[in-house]
Amino acid sequence: MELFINKISKPSQLLISLSVVCVISALCYSLSVYLDYKVVAFILLLTVSIAAVLFDIIPVFATAILSALIWDYFFIPPHFTLQVGSTEDSILLLMYFVIALVNAVLTYKIRQIEKIARAKEEKANTVKLYDTLLNSLSHELRTPIATIIGATDNLQSNNRNLTAANKEDLISEISKASFRLNQQVENLLSMSRLESGFLKPKKDWCDIIEVIYDAVKRIEENNISQQIAININPDIPFFKLDKAMMEQIIYNLVNNAIQYTTQNSRIDIIAHCHADVLELIVEDNGKGFPAEEIDNVFNKFYRLKNTKTGGTGLGLSIVKGFTEAMGGSVHLQNLSTGGARFTISIAAKTSNLKSIKNE
Amino acid sequence: MNKAEVLIIDDEAQIRKLLEITLQSNNYTVNQADTARNGLITAENHPPDMIILDLGLPDEDGQSVLQKLREWYTNPVLILSVKNSEEEIIRALDNGANDYLVKPFRTGELLARIRSALRHSAADEGGTSITCGEITIDLEARSIKKNNESIKLTATEYRLLSVLAKNEGKVVTHQYLLREIWGPGYINQSQYLRVFIAQLRKKIERDANRPEYIITESGIGYRFVSKQDY
Repeated sequence: MELFINKISKPSQLLISLSVVCVISALCYSLSVYLDYKVVAFILLLTVSIAAVLFDIIPVFATAILSALIWDYFFIPPHFTLQVGSTEDSILLLMYFVIALVNAVLTYKIRQIEKIARAKEEKANTVKLYDTLLNSLSHELRTPIATIIGATDNLQSNNRNLTAANKEDLISEISKASFRLNQQVENLLSMSRLESGFLKPKKDWCDIIEVIYDAVKRIEENNISQQIAININPDIPFFKLDKAMMEQIIYNLVNNAIQYTTQNSRIDIIAHCHADVLELIVEDNGKGFPAEEIDNVFNKFYRLKNTKTGGTGLGLSIVKGFTEAMGGSVHLQNLSTGGARFTISIAAKTSNLKSIKNE
Repeated sequence: MNKAEVLIIDDEAQIRKLLEITLQSNNYTVNQADTARNGLITAENHPPDMIILDLGLPDEDGQSVLQKLREWYTNPVLILSVKNSEEEIIRALDNGANDYLVKPFRTGELLARIRSALRHSAADEGGTSITCGEITIDLEARSIKKNNESIKLTATEYRLLSVLAKNEGKVVTHQYLLREIWGPGYINQSQYLRVFIAQLRKKIERDANRPEYIITESGIGYRFVSKQDY
């Protein structure tokens, strides 16, 4: 209802409701041989009630008044005059007016109350989202900063009490914290580039095998305990895509799988080409996603309930944003064997120029 | 060899301090400038062996500083910047930067790039062979050997490898490679480059999917590296 009202301007609403009253009145008039004028009153009141549900207060008031005048002029004897013959009819006309107006006002009031309630609810939801976001973000940024400040304080003012091993540990913590901080900042920058709407993919021929191995190499630098298996047909064509975005998509998907699976789990990366569509699959043999949360995982700042690992909830929304920026789509499903499968499908130009032996 | 002199042009005192400590402890002499103006004056009064230039300077865009330097300065210039867009990097390389490193950077990586840049400027460009790790390229005989075993390359593969190897340690842009090897008409035919890089890797790398010699610089180009630097 709300949408209906918002879409139509007030003058058009007025025009529509007045025409409807006129049409209904004309119909009733043509049937006036069979219809008592009191029945016509009910039909017109019904019309006003329906207008009250659909339209704004001013068109509804106008409809109420016009219908009362029409009823009086055309239907209440004596016809074609605004005069009313009997006292009974005067009371009926007065009641008609009152009922039509009360009807209009009541419906309008109910709608206003609904509107306020909805606005309140929306505001509460926004505040809640903002709080969650701020909490997760401040936690993710402050934890590494706290580590760096704490560790350097220790090295500066507590140096004498620290063993060589202590010092090395502190330095290693500073290093880990700064990489974590850097990762979060990169994510936030990617997200804000996406949000700005200025992000245009720079498409060039991509050797998808190279892209996947480059992303995996970056991940393996973090000494992971999971097995990563890459399965690509060596004859896969080149695709015209944004290599940096593709690499980030793969990195984020695999990194996500690593965060949420246990040691020695297996992560499979599969790529193939169906009719100029690149299909890229990243799946793991972990526990999969809670069914009721699957729809939310690509939302910005969304974190699974009961997660302990660090993260801002940006990785997968960046995957979605980059994929869509290149005109593709991303799909997540739980596997019947356990584990989760992400499928990226992007239509792109392909080139089968894979080997030139004679040059 | 005398201590090489490096001029740092960067407005951030913390970065200058970090570079100073890193470079001095690795036997370089360090000079510093905190603005484009001071940097240009210092470079002119006392030309260093190498310049490390930031792009985000307060008084002038680093790209234009680079252009001014390149009017007369022939020693290596390494760009060290937070700007990481492909356009900015390619522009700097086109403006005559020898190399580009994005902040935050690993100091090991920085030192490797500095060593490589200085080695190039000191090297006799008329040499007849290039050795890089296990690979030796004989520029006169147009042949290559890995661990003293001959590797058969096609003419184009050889040209590609020799361009990369002559610029060892330094990023070479796609455009440059396409122009040098196939000619100006092929500048947008990057799929040729992908094909030949893949073929070359199959011949010279231990595992073509995990290259150790020909490293991809996403969206920019390739870098031929010798492991001894890392």
